[in-house]
Amino acid sequence: MNSQTFAKITMRVYLALFLAYMLLPLAIMGGAGLNNTRFPSVYPWVGITDRWFIDLWNDQRMWGSVRNTTWVALAVVFISVPIGTAAAILLNSVKPKVRSFLYGFMVAPILTPGAVIGISTLLFWNSFGVSAGLYLSVLGQVSFVAAYVMLLVLARLQSFDPGLEEAALDLGASHGQVIRRILVPHLYPAIGAGAIIAFFQSVENFNVTLFTRGNSDTLTVYVGSKIRSGITPTINALALLLIVVTVICAVTYEVLRRRAEKRAAALVVAED
Amino acid sequence: MQELIRRYGISLSVMMAAMTAFWLLALVVIPNLVLFKFSFRLYLPVDQLGGPNDVYTLKNYVTFFNSPIHINVFFLTILYSSLVTIICLAITYPLAYILAKVLKPTDTATFFLVLLIPLWVSEILRSFAWFIILSMQGPLNAILTGIGLIDKPIRWISGFQSVVIGLVYAYILFMLFPIYNAIQALDTNQIEASQDLGASTWRTHWRVVIPHAKPGIASGCVMVFMLCAGSVVVPTTLASTNSRWFTEIIQQWMFEGLDWNVGSAYAFLLLALCILFVSLVMRVLNVRLVDIAK
Repeated sequence: MNSQTFAKITMRVYLALFLAYMLLPLAIMGGAGLNNTRFPSVYPWVGITDRWFIDLWNDQRMWGSVRNTTWVALAVVFISVPIGTAAAILLNSVKPKVRSFLYGFMVAPILTPGAVIGISTLLFWNSFGVSAGLYLSVLGQVSFVAAYVMLLVLARLQSFDPGLEEAALDLGASHGQVIRRILVPHLYPAIGAGAIIAFFQSVENFNVTLFTRGNSDTLTVYVGSKIRSGITPTINALALLLIVVTVICAVTYEVLRRRAEKRAAALVVAED
Repeated sequence: MQELIRRYGISLSVMMAAMTAFWLLALVVIPNLVLFKFSFRLYLPVDQLGGPNDVYTLKNYVTFFNSPIHINVFFLTILYSSLVTIICLAITYPLAYILAKVLKPTDTATFFLVLLIPLWVSEILRSFAWFIILSMQGPLNAILTGIGLIDKPIRWISGFQSVVIGLVYAYILFMLFPIYNAIQALDTNQIEASQDLGASTWRTHWRVVIPHAKPGIASGCVMVFMLCAGSVVVPTTLASTNSRWFTEIIQQWMFEGLDWNVGSAYAFLLLALCILFVSLVMRVLNVRLVDIAK
């Protein structure tokens, strides 16, 4: 075997090992949701059961936390997407010095630990007499999620031709029309991606929520308290459901992407 | 700003400026200033507020510096967060290079698609997965005793080893993505030129690939270190009594001690640590903030 084939095989093995490392723990966790043992495990395998799913379905607290998580995530999307977009447009049209100054403040929340964001949000709004609750979780999450949206929109703005706006203004378009008809359509992909990332960041968030939530549960807080207060495989059943949803989303995305690629390729052929 | 008004009119410009100002002032800057101010005040009963005891003081920070245990936990948190950062870097650098420069682009796309699954599963469930794997009667001990590598089960969840294992698993993708992006932007011709001119593989990486990947490496290191030092979920799931994390002490002050003033002093120390780390990385790797946050 020459050294090049050896290098190639080593690389393949390394990639395969990394994928196994990323996926096997999830498979084990999900699998334990089907095993008929009191403590979640895949070994020893006792037999398949659906009792943990039934327990999960009957858990009122879980349903409440799902509702809360959905509301919080939607609120975060609806607040952080306009803010992040506005901030990116603003940043793109100020002088370089002001730009780098503002940029520093805008990305700071991404580099701040969630616990610090949570506590500072709690203290700030408390000084106005607003006590802890999910609305504070929304505000705390918006502070860093808006930064992600801002970065996505800012990247998209680099490929925008300001000449189009000039042309529209010269031809008598109003300022509102320039935004609605020219700027925002160009930004749609970034805004869409921003909304999806905002939603998932919010659903997954634990640290900010923990310090601001008051007595309310979100899904991650519910899972956290379950893990601390007595572990049953119902958490694994929940994890298995979440993983299945994720896989379905990922496969759908890939199928749509490949179909779009084929269509684009077909178009090129037709034009030739 | 004049540019903005010229394009979008005065009312829309004001609206955009107002939204940005609300974000930066009410959600970012002032809350942190309030946190800072709070850390110099004392936790007092309501009737003493505004009284002679209601003063600015360093007492909350003195509490930290007078407690050898808390100082110890603080430095162990730094130590193990750095260790996790280095492990993540060592694992992902070769991986990022293979994905960016060796694998076919379609294969790389599929690889990243599969990685979306662990990325979308929340970090609390990912650390819970390792809690199951590492438990005494868990699959890892079963396999190791099964193939005869060990005689009796090992207590994995003890000391910092389980925390480090959980942290690496939880945050490694935050190292992989930025380094991949940086290497991917490198012109492959440069690598080939270096090889054609007789440079060894090591030398090519050291002189061509790594210098180009520096912003990605900086970005990954900053994210992983910050996420580790600020992690609440992984230590609560995987730590044992002899391995405490700094965020756990902050939680203790906030929820059990109910002393938000000392809590905010400790939170500010954590924030200061992260700011220090970011500036250190920027200085050592000679990169700007724009390169780190992308």
